[in-house]
Amino acid sequence: MAVQIETLRGRSGLAAAAGAALILLILVPGYFETYQVQLLTFGLIAALAALGFNLLLGYTGLLSFGHSAYFGVGAYALAFVVQYLGPHSMEFYLLFGIPVVAITSALFGYICVRHTRIFFGILTLAISQVIYSLALKLYWVTGGSDGLRVPRPALLFGALSFSGPSGFQQFITSYYYYVLAIFVVCVLLMWVIVHSPFGKALQGIRDNEVRARFLGMRIRRFRWIAFLVSGTFTGVAGILWVPLEGLATPDVLYWTFSGEIVFTALLGGFRNFTGPIVGGIVFTYLKSYAVATTVYWQLLLGIVLVTLVLVLPTGIVGAISLAGRRLRQRRASP
Amino acid sequence: MILLKTVDLCKKFGETRACDGLNFVVHKGEFLSLVGSNGAGKTTLVNLISAHLQPDSGQIIFADRDITFATVTERIKAGIARSFQIVSLFDALSVFDNVALSVFSREGKAVRMASLADRDADVRRESLEVLGQFGLASKEAVMAGDLAQGERKLLDVAVAYALRPRLLFLDEPTSGVSTHEKAQIMDTVSSVVRGGQVTAVVIEHDMDVVFRYSDRIVMMHEGGFLADGTPDEIRANPDVASILLGAPLSA
Amino acid sequence: MAILTVQILNSLLYASVLFLIAAGLSLIFGVMRIVNLAHGSFYGVGAYVAAWLVGTGIAVGVPLGWLFLALPCGAVAVALLGIVIEPLLLRPFYSRAEEYQLLVTFGLLQIIEDLVRLIWGGNPLSADTLMDALPIIHIGGLFYPAYNLVVIAVGVAAAVVLWAAIYHTRFGVMLRATSQDRRMASALGLNVGLIYVVAFGIGCFLAGLGGAIVVPTQAAVLGMGVDALVIAFVVVVIGGLGSLKGALVGALVVSFVRTAGIQFFPELELAVLYLIAAGVLLVRPTGLFGTA
Repeated sequence: MAVQIETLRGRSGLAAAAGAALILLILVPGYFETYQVQLLTFGLIAALAALGFNLLLGYTGLLSFGHSAYFGVGAYALAFVVQYLGPHSMEFYLLFGIPVVAITSALFGYICVRHTRIFFGILTLAISQVIYSLALKLYWVTGGSDGLRVPRPALLFGALSFSGPSGFQQFITSYYYYVLAIFVVCVLLMWVIVHSPFGKALQGIRDNEVRARFLGMRIRRFRWIAFLVSGTFTGVAGILWVPLEGLATPDVLYWTFSGEIVFTALLGGFRNFTGPIVGGIVFTYLKSYAVATTVYWQLLLGIVLVTLVLVLPTGIVGAISLAGRRLRQRRASP
Repeated sequence: MILLKTVDLCKKFGETRACDGLNFVVHKGEFLSLVGSNGAGKTTLVNLISAHLQPDSGQIIFADRDITFATVTERIKAGIARSFQIVSLFDALSVFDNVALSVFSREGKAVRMASLADRDADVRRESLEVLGQFGLASKEAVMAGDLAQGERKLLDVAVAYALRPRLLFLDEPTSGVSTHEKAQIMDTVSSVVRGGQVTAVVIEHDMDVVFRYSDRIVMMHEGGFLADGTPDEIRANPDVASILLGAPLSA
Repeated sequence: MAILTVQILNSLLYASVLFLIAAGLSLIFGVMRIVNLAHGSFYGVGAYVAAWLVGTGIAVGVPLGWLFLALPCGAVAVALLGIVIEPLLLRPFYSRAEEYQLLVTFGLLQIIEDLVRLIWGGNPLSADTLMDALPIIHIGGLFYPAYNLVVIAVGVAAAVVLWAAIYHTRFGVMLRATSQDRRMASALGLNVGLIYVVAFGIGCFLAGLGGAIVVPTQAAVLGMGVDALVIAFVVVVIGGLGSLKGALVGALVVSFVRTAGIQFFPELELAVLYLIAAGVLLVRPTGLFGTA
């Protein structure tokens, strides 16, 4: 009985915190200038990419070093629509792009989940490099290293379009809310998935593959589905990213971008649900600060990463939750 | 009624014949102990029946169905489950989730991702019921990795039991715990299993436990069966005594 | 006919360099069970150090013959770097999950790539003086630099030396024992820590050597290590992680496919390589000769 109350308090506490965070996020454009709003939008997109990625790492125990493929496929799907079908509304891009990333994830996932650990990682990397090299070399289709330009899309099925002198600012503000809405929906979806029987099964497989098999679960199938969902979420982030960036380039398919996604999940903490979200947002700010500060921002980020892995392996959220637990224990024992 | 039967089951590891043409029979409803010294072939036999290993030759018939080449999933669906000698749990999940996962898997609900696991009232009720039977209900929210060893052994059995098997293999359910706990564990396991009318095959080394709880004892030695009978029959068997004690009882 | 010979020689040259990188990667994985994502960057450092030594040597007036020493020096420099890094950055992670190793070496990659830029700037660093120092030979009606043959020779020599060292010396036995069962080796009195450092040092030496011997033929550029790593992965995937023979076979396969690819379908050359890697992983998960 006491146990149930604690869980309830934990759940409603979580909901309260999430609600507060959401209110803060909604208020941002009112108090911050356009550049900050744009940066936060990038942060939410990075958080979404990491959230998708972490379904595989944190919950299924599979470290993919090729998630840039799904982000990039999402980005290029949108860019191709613009290039070959002309500009459309954001909804059209999403309607077209989501099935494309889902199919890509399903296909690649099918190939990759036949292995685990190091070989899984290397295979995901190799496959993402196939996409990268195609995007780079087939320049007459993909624009090569120059990429493909993407204009500001119309939102809400064309109801909102942005032109004229204050067009950029209006777009940034509206697009921020648009991304925020999709972000909230995705977070809720992922939360349900992770707390569903499927989510528990994934964690079981992660912890003890043998026992899970002896419970009758078909391990490969579960991993494949997780891969599909994971890649799709990251792909949605890619679709949302292009209109903001204005350009789809092969950089976003290169394997070091996959490394960044892994970095963000680790930064926030990959054993917690909110870890990747925090990691995505913090990393975006970290990187923009680093890039603004020094030409050698990669060096700075590299040092941060190494320090993080050495000192704070459970990430920001992991460290906070550990500190919170210790505080509660100290309070409990007089 | 014969629930499980093996026909000339063989498994070799290099030159060692772990299972040498075994004809093993398990009757429905019995509580059978499989004994023998280390290396006699007990675990290999269980591994062959539960699909952990593939036999070199021979057949495995379960409820009149040939399952020799059936996959793990198929065997579990048919009604065979097992626990593990070295406790094998989902340590990062709660005690409740460990058992619930079993139930979800059995019901084919483990793939459901659009509903919250906690909201499934049927699974919740059944999981709590099983936990209650094994005396673990009060620990439902504890992480499996944080339990005491005796509780972990019980949970290991509970997770297998929650699959509602017809035939349950228990691999040394009391190994690694104190003598006092052994009795507790076997009391619980035995009463739950018999109460649920589940046929059980227990690999066990502790002969006190074996004699106290079993309907039938099968003794293995170097890949073959040495003796097979009720506890009284086994006690009276001179070969058994010589293997167990190293010499025949009478000089 | 001459063209074919030149193509084959070019493939062998590329294979030589790939072999050195892949052998280093495989050796480190075989003995220590870690995948070093910064391994390609070590290759790059080897190239930069060698090129820089050559440039400095020319400026200071070092005679041409001695300049060739810049190449092994480059390799040794990388080996020293490795010997320092292993105990500091990698040892804390052996008992931890594999993910952390990949992350730490990824961070190392970023650090090294930018340090290279910091030290040597963004412009390519060349050492073609060395290549020009050797004669041009005639093959059929075509000209071919003799230096390229030196690269091939180094690759072959390295393969022979490695094979001899691993299979015919006492140290090689220790390496193999540790790779098969670390705890057992330690229980038998082998200083596993020392073996790890030495193995890592040798692996880095090989990567650095690859960079050093290739730099007279193509200037050292930023990011060369990052590109090289992915190709090295393809090599060890095809040949098998942890296998010397696999590194050799894999390097040859990748190199010849790449040459053929550049000749016949240049846009898809990279994609074809990665597809072959994926294909091999599917059919033979541990590669052709893998031990993992």
